[in-house]
Amino acid sequence: MEAATIYIVLAALFGVFMAWGIGANDVANAMATSVGSKALTIKQAILVAAVFEFLGAVLAGGEVTSTIRKGIVDIELLAATPELLVYGMLAALLAAGTWLFIASHKGWPVSTTHSIVGAIVGFAAVGIGVDAVQWGKVGLIVMSWVVSPLTAGFIAYLIYQSVLKLILRRDDPLAHAKRYVPIYIFFAAFAITLVTILKGLKHVGFDISLRDSYLLATAIAVVIALIGAVAIQRIKSDPKAEKSQHFYTVERVFGVLMIVTACSMAFAHGSNDVANAIGPLAAVISVAQNGIVTAEAALPLWVLMLGGAGIVIGLATFGIRVISTVGKKITQLTPSRGFAAELAAATTIVIASGTGIPVSTTHTLVGAVLGVGLARGIEAIDLRVVARIFVSWVVTIPAGAFLAIVFFFIFKTILP
Amino acid sequence: MTNVLANIFGKSPVVPLEKHIEVAFRCAKKLRPFMTAAVKGDWDRAIAYRDQIEDLEHKADDLKKEIRLNLPKSLFMPVPRQDLLELLLVQDMIANRTKDVSGLVLGRRLRVPAAISKQFLQFVDRNIDAAKQARKSVRELDELFATGFRGAEVHLVEELIEELDRIETDTDGKQAELRAALFEIEDTLKPVDAVFMYKIIELTGEIADMAERVGRRLELLLSH
Repeated sequence: MEAATIYIVLAALFGVFMAWGIGANDVANAMATSVGSKALTIKQAILVAAVFEFLGAVLAGGEVTSTIRKGIVDIELLAATPELLVYGMLAALLAAGTWLFIASHKGWPVSTTHSIVGAIVGFAAVGIGVDAVQWGKVGLIVMSWVVSPLTAGFIAYLIYQSVLKLILRRDDPLAHAKRYVPIYIFFAAFAITLVTILKGLKHVGFDISLRDSYLLATAIAVVIALIGAVAIQRIKSDPKAEKSQHFYTVERVFGVLMIVTACSMAFAHGSNDVANAIGPLAAVISVAQNGIVTAEAALPLWVLMLGGAGIVIGLATFGIRVISTVGKKITQLTPSRGFAAELAAATTIVIASGTGIPVSTTHTLVGAVLGVGLARGIEAIDLRVVARIFVSWVVTIPAGAFLAIVFFFIFKTILP
Repeated sequence: MTNVLANIFGKSPVVPLEKHIEVAFRCAKKLRPFMTAAVKGDWDRAIAYRDQIEDLEHKADDLKKEIRLNLPKSLFMPVPRQDLLELLLVQDMIANRTKDVSGLVLGRRLRVPAAISKQFLQFVDRNIDAAKQARKSVRELDELFATGFRGAEVHLVEELIEELDRIETDTDGKQAELRAALFEIEDTLKPVDAVFMYKIIELTGEIADMAERVGRRLELLLSH
């Protein structure tokens, strides 16, 4: 068999393995919030995830994919030895996939993004040379891993404070919920639609002016908010399940909002994390097909489809179990709190996607949940987890790097 | 398998605390049929009720231990952990006092003198009312957490606590009257019985005192 075919087949296999791992863990985390608060059933969550992961990956995933593909390694240096990039990207995929597999078995809170970035930096620095790493860009990415949970936490804090002031602390929370929730739906829909139009449609071939982009995003968001408002008006309070303040029904009103933010979350995840699997794959394919290292190669659609499919399979096989275990444990995240966390995380992630920065969905979501907690929204937060997340950073990056180095030298020896 | 997102959440103490006051109240409520039987000298029935009181007191104790175990120091909560633990402690005292007083009556087979028995049972009822009002107030905890301890819900709870205070003041008045009535007839009783009768009135009155302290603890939570 021709060397190029072997490369592509291997890369596709490893890429699907990685995507499967993302689907089994990361996506499950992103969707568990909505399932835990009973805004969606597990089946609905999988449907939402499948559709919006795809949309996110296709419409807004291009920037992060390109960062993973050519932003971390200085591919100019590899013009003479393109096969090194192939070995390296194969090694990075296999290393990150393996590490995720081990870690999720042990229950460590590792991030897909951290694994793949650590792996790519590892093979580049050791296998090629310290100069082959674009340290400036890597520094930016690492900084974003601190900044993104903080940003999401801050946004979530503000959103939840507004929910408390506008709705929950009022005399008739139900009436206020029915009035204000459509407005939150508008903002959720607007944020995601706008980023999609600004960042995504260009890749698909549309070119819309800035003013028209805002108008279009507003129009779409208004339509979604109106649909939400109709659904909310149909919610009647159930006197048996209530005390005087109608919080039970208030949460059902927020449940409608949470369906929208669940879609945003899946979209945001797709726009950022699918790249972890298909970025290296895309790099291998462009080298294998052209025989040279090129920064301009377009991303073939089947690669995106492969990434999306791997994620959905991961979700459908292992993810379901993760969703139901996590969902059961996060019952404190009622729709009014869960939506604030999801909206904050989704917005942060989508902005990162737009600027091409790979962030960790799970850690961003954790930051958002802590933000709701700081606004006195959550009964009990266990701070030990925050410490464990820091430990996982310190361990994951060297572990990903080490495995990638080992695989790199193996591939260099055995592959043609 | 553990999961970061799942593990950020500690076990919420809110529903367990509401469950605990429910059990403590149900325990206190049994004091009325127990005393009715004891006043009549129907000791078989009194023993049966005493067993129920003990069971409920144990159940409250188990719940208390479970809540404490699930409140490690690493928890970050909207209100201080210590305040919740102290609320739990006074809730538990309602059940404890019920057990103490029923144990004392049964142990001495103490007959409440017929002259004050009606007044005594009314006093018991009023103490149970206080426990009931304490339960009603604690049941608002989930709503208080939902609103971050501010706004309309706080006023609602403040009113519940005011009513609790009124009931407790009422039991104090009844207790004084009861003691005065007992003083009138104490010469007709065996001296040791008279001493213990005073003791039983005092212990029963502590049920309302503990209920009132539940209100004080709740108020402390509101002030954060």
